[in-house]
Amino acid sequence: MAEPVESGSDAGLRIDTIVKQYGRYPALRGVSLDVQPGEFVALLGPSGSGKTTLLRTLAGLETPDSGEVRLGGQDFLALSPRARRVGMVFQHYALFRHMTVASNIAFGLEVRPRRDRPSKAEIAERVARLLALVQLEGLGTRYPAQLSGGQRQRVALARALAIEPRLLLLDEPFGALDATVRKELRHHLRRIHDETGLTTLFVTHDQEEALDLADRVAVLREGRLLQVGAPRTLLDAPQSAFVHAFLGETNRLHGLARAGRVLIAGEPWLSPATTLADGPVALFFRFHETEIVGPDQGLAVRLFAVHRKGGNVRLEGRDARGQTVEIDRPLTEEGQYQPGQTLYVRPTVTRIYAEDPPPA
Amino acid sequence: MAATPPVRRKPSFGALALILLAVSWIGVVILAPLALVFVEALRKGLATYPEALADPDCQAAIALTCQVALIAVPLNACFGLAAAWCVTRFEFVGKTLILSLIDLPFSMSPVISGLVWVLVFGANGWFGPQLDRFGISLVFNVSGIVLATLLVTFPFVARELIPLMQQQGAEEEAAAVTLGAGGFDVFFRVSLPKIAWALLYGVLLCNARAMGEFGAVSVISGHVRGLTNTVPLHVEVLYNDYNFAAAFAVASLLAGLALVTLAAKSLLERRFAMEHTPHG
Repeated sequence: MAEPVESGSDAGLRIDTIVKQYGRYPALRGVSLDVQPGEFVALLGPSGSGKTTLLRTLAGLETPDSGEVRLGGQDFLALSPRARRVGMVFQHYALFRHMTVASNIAFGLEVRPRRDRPSKAEIAERVARLLALVQLEGLGTRYPAQLSGGQRQRVALARALAIEPRLLLLDEPFGALDATVRKELRHHLRRIHDETGLTTLFVTHDQEEALDLADRVAVLREGRLLQVGAPRTLLDAPQSAFVHAFLGETNRLHGLARAGRVLIAGEPWLSPATTLADGPVALFFRFHETEIVGPDQGLAVRLFAVHRKGGNVRLEGRDARGQTVEIDRPLTEEGQYQPGQTLYVRPTVTRIYAEDPPPA
Repeated sequence: MAATPPVRRKPSFGALALILLAVSWIGVVILAPLALVFVEALRKGLATYPEALADPDCQAAIALTCQVALIAVPLNACFGLAAAWCVTRFEFVGKTLILSLIDLPFSMSPVISGLVWVLVFGANGWFGPQLDRFGISLVFNVSGIVLATLLVTFPFVARELIPLMQQQGAEEEAAAVTLGAGGFDVFFRVSLPKIAWALLYGVLLCNARAMGEFGAVSVISGHVRGLTNTVPLHVEVLYNDYNFAAAFAVASLLAGLALVTLAAKSLLERRFAMEHTPHG
């Protein structure tokens, strides 16, 4: 795993204040991001956050309105898309449907100018090696229409790797696949990354995928980069309500900050300190960061559903204001809870953020 | 993927009646006239054919028709490809207008397609006198026939390509570019093979219409026997001369072209379908 080095090093990818507007719709509003050589970075965000636009900008398929991209100190935006040597894997594979798998993989080598083109034997050898790498030996003569989704995506990956790219870019590569194949390919991709040591950027809207795969995760929203960090950092110290909520299931209570304390109507027991200015705030706590306490020492929650979730029991209920509150308890306590029952819940860890301004 | 066989049920009376109606309608309106062409052509025996075809005017008509198709079809194939490309790959003001204009020759009477050229380039037309000064004449000769044919057959290729290219999108081209392909390689190795069958299909339809067009060509040709008569015009001339057997013999050539086009079309459709359905 590549540890993030001190920024300022010239060897990696440096994205500096990229702005891109589609007509009147801003897709990227000044995104900056440094990626170290060999690092695996996930761009995570909901649809419309600009993550795919950022990726396509790196590949040269979109031209930014302003900003700079440098790779190894070189002005990357000045290069034509074909000169960038970027391996791009598209969400819907974009395989050449009229070519065999082997011809698809060989394409990037076949179209090189004659002086740079490897010999036919070399190309065949490299294709065979790549087919083995993505575990598709023996399928070289098939056509894309004869492959499963997961196989097609692996062909797309092999095709991108064939040109020995300086950067590997993946745009929601597993978006169109079912859950099992997804998980399998995810680990396969990580292994290929570790073997090749390629600097990799990976777009996804699936937080689990991002946290599971990447060295660092960059969270985007509405064209802005909210936070970048190792998965653990993001989980332990989200800097905004959006990042906190996007990275995992969470409960949310509305309150007011007053003179360094958070006040929640009807819940005098819960008044954590805050450094936020006076005004509306949101208080978050995760399902497992809770304890059950005696009457009137916590939030009164009337359960309406009890079911298993992974290795826990998930309790779903509503508080006095009708807001849904969910908590996770160990499986050993399963028999103790029934719908209709009222519990008193106290969060053990809370996070407080100023309320997001209402969406524009 | 194995297709599940459709459930077979005994067709109801209503369904049978509808099927019967459809079949007899096709029989009366399409099959009977087509058959009649061949029946009439052969009424006086097979000898009618060599006789009709030996006529120098007939040979000239066939040569002219081929010449016109050879000019008009490639031009409209190139145009159709360019139009489909620009309409499906770019967003611009007036795109809807262009799309409707491409379809215009379909909804316009062919007579107009011939007449406009007379109005523009004829002796009393807008540009006729100026052109005449340089000794150029574009109506009542072969160039006029080509112009009229170009206008009439203008939509065929574009109409075949636009929906297909819309559905295919440009991601394969984008992938090719990131893999280092230049414009030439992207077009000949990716874009063209993707649409090859549809393009061929469009060319085929365009050709059938180019060879068979009557109305537009009739207005602008001037009807000079052996010089500006195409095959459809020649059929009319023979018919008006009460030379029915020869008229039907030459007409059967056109009918034959239609049948060949139809066969080629279904063959192409089958190839096309095979390439796009998974069979593994």
